[in-house]
Order: sequence, then C-alpha cells, then structure tokens
Amino acid sequence: MKYAAPTTVDEARSLLADNPGSRVFAGATDLIPQMRSGRPEPAVLVDLKRIDQLMAVSHGEGKWTIGAATPTADLTRNGAFSGMFPGISEGAGLIGSDQIQNRSSLGGNLCNGSPAADSVPALIAADARAVIASSDGTRTVAVAEVVTGPGQTSLADDEFIVEFEIDDAPANTGDAYLRMIPRTEMDIAVVGAAVRLTMDGDTVTDASVVLGAVAPTAVRVPDAEAALVGSRLDDDTLAAVSAAASAACNPIDDKRGTIEYRTQVAGVLAKRAAVIAADRAQNGA
Amino acid sequence: MSLGKEMSLKKMSRTHVNCTINGDEVDFLTTDATSLLDALRDEVGLTGAKEGCGTGDCGACSVLVDGRIQCSCLIFAPEAEGRHITTVEGMADGEHLHPLQQTFLEGAALQCGICTPGFLLAAKALLDENPAPTETEIRYGLAGNLCRCTGYDKIIRAVQEAAVQLKGA
Ligand SMILES: Cc1cc2nc3c(=O)[nH]c(=O)nc-3n(C[C@H](O)[C@H](O)[C@H](O)COP(=O)(O)OP(=O)(O)OC[C@H]3O[C@@H](n4cnc5c(N)ncnc54)[C@H](O)[C@@H]3O)c2cc1C
Ligand code: FES
Ligand code: FES
Repeated sequence: MKYAAPTTVDEARSLLADNPGSRVFAGATDLIPQMRSGRPEPAVLVDLKRIDQLMAVSHGEGKWTIGAATPTADLTRNGAFSGMFPGISEGAGLIGSDQIQNRSSLGGNLCNGSPAADSVPALIAADARAVIASSDGTRTVAVAEVVTGPGQTSLADDEFIVEFEIDDAPANTGDAYLRMIPRTEMDIAVVGAAVRLTMDGDTVTDASVVLGAVAPTAVRVPDAEAALVGSRLDDDTLAAVSAAASAACNPIDDKRGTIEYRTQVAGVLAKRAAVIAADRAQNGA
Repeated sequence: MSLGKEMSLKKMSRTHVNCTINGDEVDFLTTDATSLLDALRDEVGLTGAKEGCGTGDCGACSVLVDGRIQCSCLIFAPEAEGRHITTVEGMADGEHLHPLQQTFLEGAALQCGICTPGFLLAAKALLDENPAPTETEIRYGLAGNLCRCTGYDKIIRAVQEAAVQLKGA
C-alpha cells in the first residue's frame, strides 16, 4: 500500500484515475479500524487533507461551503455556522470524542455509508448538496442521493466529494438533531432524528423530517412532513409525526436495540426534535 | 526467502518522514501502512504513547498534532510529514513536571499508568482551550480516554487542581 498526499483536486483526480483500486480518506477514523478488522488494503491511499479547498469552511453568495475533509471540530466550533444550523452542528458534534472530532469529516461520515452516521440526517433535512470530483469534471448531487445502502455509495471508484454546499436557512427556520444511545457518550446511534421547520408565527410553513439508524440508509419521512406543514404543532400533529416516523422504520435487530424498541424510539425522537426545531425557528438557537 | 533479502525489500518500500516532535526536528523511516503510534514507539523510540485498543476507543495513544488532540493509532505515519507532534515526553520542562503531571502524582490519579499519557495530553489540550472548565466539561472533554484502574474521580480532581494552579501561574 502506497500513501499519497495530493495538494490539489486535479492531482487527486489523476492519482485516482491512474491507480485503480485506490481509496481516498480524510480522518481515517472509519478506514483504519476497518483495515485492522481485515478489510483489504487499497493499492494507494489518497490523503485529502493537504488540499486546502477540502479543509475550509466558508460562507458567501447565500450559502455555506464546507470542505469534505474538514475536521468536524472546525464546523461545530464555527459560531456563525452553528447559529444558523444548530441541528447539523449537534449531529456532527456527536461523532466520537475530541480525539475523533479533530479528524472526523463530513465526507467520511457520509461515504462510509453507515445508516447510523450522525451528521447525515440533519444535512439531508437542510437539502445539503455534495460537489463530487470525477475524472472528467465535477457534478453536484443532493446528499440524500449519495448513500445507496450500508457501506454503499453512488460514487464511481475514481470520484470523491470535494465539498458540501448548504443554502442559508430561510428566516424563521430552525433545525434539531437528537439521537438515542445506551450510554451518554461514545456510542453508535440506535435511532437518530433530524427535523427542520420554517414557521410563520405559530404555523409551520415548511418541514423536513429525516431519520437515521432505522433503515439501510437515512430516510426522509414525507408523511411526518405533511402532518407538520400548516399545523401549529398541537398534540394531534405531534402524535401524527410520531406515528409516521415509526411507520417509516425498517430497522435491524441487534444488541443495541430491538426492532420494536427502535421503531418506538424513532417516533418519540421525531416528535421531540420537532418541538426543539420549532422553538429555534421562533426564538433563535 | 532469506531474512537479509526480506529486510532489503522492506527497506526499499520505506518512506522518509520529517517532522517536529516535542520541539526537536526528527526524521524517521516507516512503511506507509504503519500507524503513527507504532512509528513513534518503534522507529523514534518514544514509548509514552500506548496502544490500548488500536481503534480509537481508549485514547491511550493520544498525542497532539499541531496542537490538537488525536489518536495516533488512527494516523498513518507518513501523515506526520511537516507536522508538530507533542507526546507525553514533551510535557515536562526539563526536570520540572507539567502542573498536570504533578497533580496526577499528588492526587494518585493513576495506578497501572497505561492510560496516563493519553489523559495528560487530552487534559492539556482541554485546558489550553478552556482554562476554567466545569466538571461536566472536563468529563466530556476526557470522554475519549478510558481508565480501567483508577476510577475517573481522581483524574477529574487532578485536572481541576491543575487548572487552578495554571491560572495562578
Ligand atoms: C471511537 C470512535 C467513535 C465514533 N463515534 C461515532 C459517532 O458517534 N457517530 C458517527 O456517526 N460516527 C462515529 N464514528 C465513525 C467515524 O468517526 C465517522 O464516521 C467520521 O465522520 C468518519 O470520517 P473520516 O474523515 O474519519 O472518514 P475516513 O475513515 O477517512 O473515511 C471513511 C470512508 O469514507 C470514504 N471517504 C472519506 N472522505 C471521502 C470523500 N471526500 N469523498 C469520497 N469518499 C470519502 C473513505 O474512502 C472511507 O471509505 C466513530 C469512530 C470512532 C473510531
Ligand atoms: S490505542 Fe488508540 S485509541 Fe486506543
Ligand atoms: S491507571 Fe490503569 S488504565 Fe488507568
């Protein structure tokens, strides 16, 4: 296995094109444990962290641009970003310890393809886009379209994510992410729920509800979104959100949670995240 | 294959890494698949960083890379090129222990000591960024470090005491 550290997107592109079987990485916090547990070593390991564009967080022209290899600590410590997207910041901030946060990236969290990836539901709820470099140019796709199943993505072997784009949140918009784990820190989500709401006074005018860890990929819950839009978040609405979230679950049964448990908790978290998102939409983060 | 030949093949595929460790310029040879932890211990001869798990869970291998706490078991050795690395060996100032080292000793915040280098560096990173952390902030800040012997209360108290001393200094 060879290690390579390109300093430009073009250099990384040619490395991938010239060396089939190579693999990009950022923090290696998923990659190294997987290699240790017997995953085959790639021919060439392409370290993305020396490419400045992939290590930057910036704001301009009505959107945020987040380099795909940027340590999540840099995002969660960015006050302006966390103020506009507290839910994305909450999700990214739950990834592991400080040691992990100084390495873990949004690109790795997404492309590792874990259904439990904590930053993903809130990114999807914010309609975030991934800018992907391939051998013959770049293409931009919705984050929701990147992961196709556990450990599977829609990226070709020679493609990688350069950066994420997130449009500024409209006025009176708030988001929130909640996860359930058996401990208080350092564990993998049993259920994750992201909700983003835009309000006009007491009335919800726009809603996104996305669940993690309850299906092969993060899932949107259109029935919960439909129940929210036009409502004032009364008890009947919240009950409908819960029921829709539980109905959207297609979880695994494992030592962290049974199917019944995950399904019920998804309903509870979706409802609670909606209440927090509404409060943030009305009163700020 | 004779051992000699194997060795020379190994040598051929080795990478030369230049970096700064505890303030000194260091260069070492490594294979690309070697972790920074193994390179520090086996090539550089700094055995302060320990391997507890090799998967990012225990924090015994923690080092500072450009001032930020990271698990050296989750870093490929060639990534260190040009970086500034601090290991526990770099915490004392000559004969003078760092206040954290002193309060860990005085407060008996260690037993077997395997976790201690990682705790010391994680606590240093925490206090460098937040000189007056609350107990909760310390507990979360050290959540990436596991100790199987001491119990965490003595460790937390040692960090609190060092924070007070550092502020007075
Ligand atoms: C102790 C510990 C605790 C953890 N806790 C959590 C947790 O609570 N929640 C959670 O969600 N995760 C957790 N993780 C998993 C991991 O830290 C995250 O998924 C992290 O965001 C991965 O980012 P990375 O940069 O380290 O990825 P890497 O390991 O560098 O890469 C992961 C995968 O993505 C691919 N990849 C990376 N960057 C790109 C890119 N730009 N374009 C295309 N493909 C790319 C790589 O080829 C690889 O397949 C934990 C890991 C550890 C070791
Ligand atoms: S040895 Fe690196 S975290 Fe345990
Ligand atoms: S003192 Fe033994 S593991 Fe902490």
